[in-house]
Amino acid sequence: MSDLTQPIAQGFAQNIAQIVYLISALLFLFGLKRMSLPTTAKRGLSYVVIAMLSAVLITFIHREVQNNYLWMAMAIFIGGSVATFLTKGIKFTETPKMIALFTGLGGGSAAALAAVEIINLDYLSDTVKYIALAGALIGSISFSGSLITYLKLQGSIKGLIHFPMQQWLNALILVVAITFGVAIVLNGGQADVTSLVLFFALSLSLGILVTISISDADTHILIALFNIFTGIAIGLIGYVLLNPTMMIAGFLVAAASLKLTLSMTKSMNRPISNVLFGDEATDDYSNLSLDSSNTNLIARELQSNDAAMMMAFAKNIIIVPGYGMAVAQAQHKLWEMSKLLIDKDVNIRFAVHPVAGRMPGHMNVLLAETGIPYESIYDIDEINGEFDSTDVVLLIGANDTTNTSARNDQNSPIFGMPILNVDRAKNVIVIKRAEGTGFSNIDNPLFYQKNTGILYGDAQSVLGKVVGELKKL
Amino acid sequence: MDGFIALYIFILAAITAYEVISKAPANLHTPLISAACFINGIVLVGAIIVMGKAETNIEIIISFIAVMLATANAVGGYFISASMMSLFKKNNKNTGNL
Repeated sequence: MSDLTQPIAQGFAQNIAQIVYLISALLFLFGLKRMSLPTTAKRGLSYVVIAMLSAVLITFIHREVQNNYLWMAMAIFIGGSVATFLTKGIKFTETPKMIALFTGLGGGSAAALAAVEIINLDYLSDTVKYIALAGALIGSISFSGSLITYLKLQGSIKGLIHFPMQQWLNALILVVAITFGVAIVLNGGQADVTSLVLFFALSLSLGILVTISISDADTHILIALFNIFTGIAIGLIGYVLLNPTMMIAGFLVAAASLKLTLSMTKSMNRPISNVLFGDEATDDYSNLSLDSSNTNLIARELQSNDAAMMMAFAKNIIIVPGYGMAVAQAQHKLWEMSKLLIDKDVNIRFAVHPVAGRMPGHMNVLLAETGIPYESIYDIDEINGEFDSTDVVLLIGANDTTNTSARNDQNSPIFGMPILNVDRAKNVIVIKRAEGTGFSNIDNPLFYQKNTGILYGDAQSVLGKVVGELKKL
Repeated sequence: MDGFIALYIFILAAITAYEVISKAPANLHTPLISAACFINGIVLVGAIIVMGKAETNIEIIISFIAVMLATANAVGGYFISASMMSLFKKNNKNTGNL
């Protein structure tokens, strides 16, 4: 190619790249649209895959991409293999924590890109500098916050850490971080390394401090929340790098995750501000137990043959699955038991609370996996009026979503959260691993009701025994 | 790029996505969160651009980390989303068993 034609060819390539970027942004949007319908969800994912691949591949001919191809390939190889290894044979119960982890890595990547751009400050206008710093701040918070969320979901960090003036300290750190950011821009020229390191250190510690003060019961909201943060950070860095696909995809993710976060907080009846900044009730509820108010609370223990008998002769049964079922991988045994009961002309329905499990829709996906028909799964609004006329309710590893203190006890941290009215059924059978409280550490008065019987043990083996008894009948 | 044009892009993208998602049923919320996590992998595009123009050692090191993290986000997000979608396919096949 001669020197004359090169710029023209180069310009042509860049136009092609811009068109590919545009198509990729549209494919992300249509992919999301397809993914919001069960019948087209799978095709939606392939749209997103094509969008991602085309945007990444066309970037290699980007006019600014000139060197370090070898290192780049190595970084892609390492990142890709680690992620493949981590997700290999992943269990469904582990997906929330892995989503938290990968979202955090994306935020960290955006923050790192911002760092490189900020080091070269002199190229950029003041507006762009501030936007790069905002992206760095938000990306860093998402990175450290998501890693803490990952550790919380893994169980490495338990409970929440509270100390006096915590909110004020967080606000102070934010203000100091922003001050450093403004100082970096106002100084102009090459960014001062000390200020830059302090800026990132403050941003990262802010992510940690905010996350450790959020109660375990709200951890699943954090996953969606940090998705918003990473999305915004990516959008902002996309602006700094003049890349519209990043800008659009980042804000698509942010808005979609915001919608999902809001529907979660709505189904828990907790304003998002209470989740983030805590409300008085959540401050110290781990000490709150029923035993302090009432000393002779004894739960009635059932045997599997009693439970099998009760269910076999019931007309209506509602099954309420929870996270405990997911952990025990008991969904297939549950469906086996349900089919036996259906053969005995028992009407079986499944009630899924919107926040059952660790994410909205968690239980629906798990039940779908076994082949339980979509039509027999009901959500809280559809089924809450039905409990009064139900003979037996079977609770499997569900706790907080049926906790009557959410309805009756003003001091309960979950007071006001809509619950499944399980206590109104004629009989309640609870399968739970051991005596103890749910994920949010709150005791459940339902377990001490006269019409409640408890089957202790691992959900899968307990259901196995019940299936055995049902076959004998 | 003019800051206001950026603002147009951000707001229009956000409103469109919000509207598109708002019709999604509850059983798709978890798959959608994982899909959102996967789409965040687009940060890899930025990481490649920044690494491709990096010159000093410090730039190369930081952008190396950025490319690594971004790839992990994209690849991990994909595998999680794909495993969730495979559950849905099974469901469609089995519907009508009851």
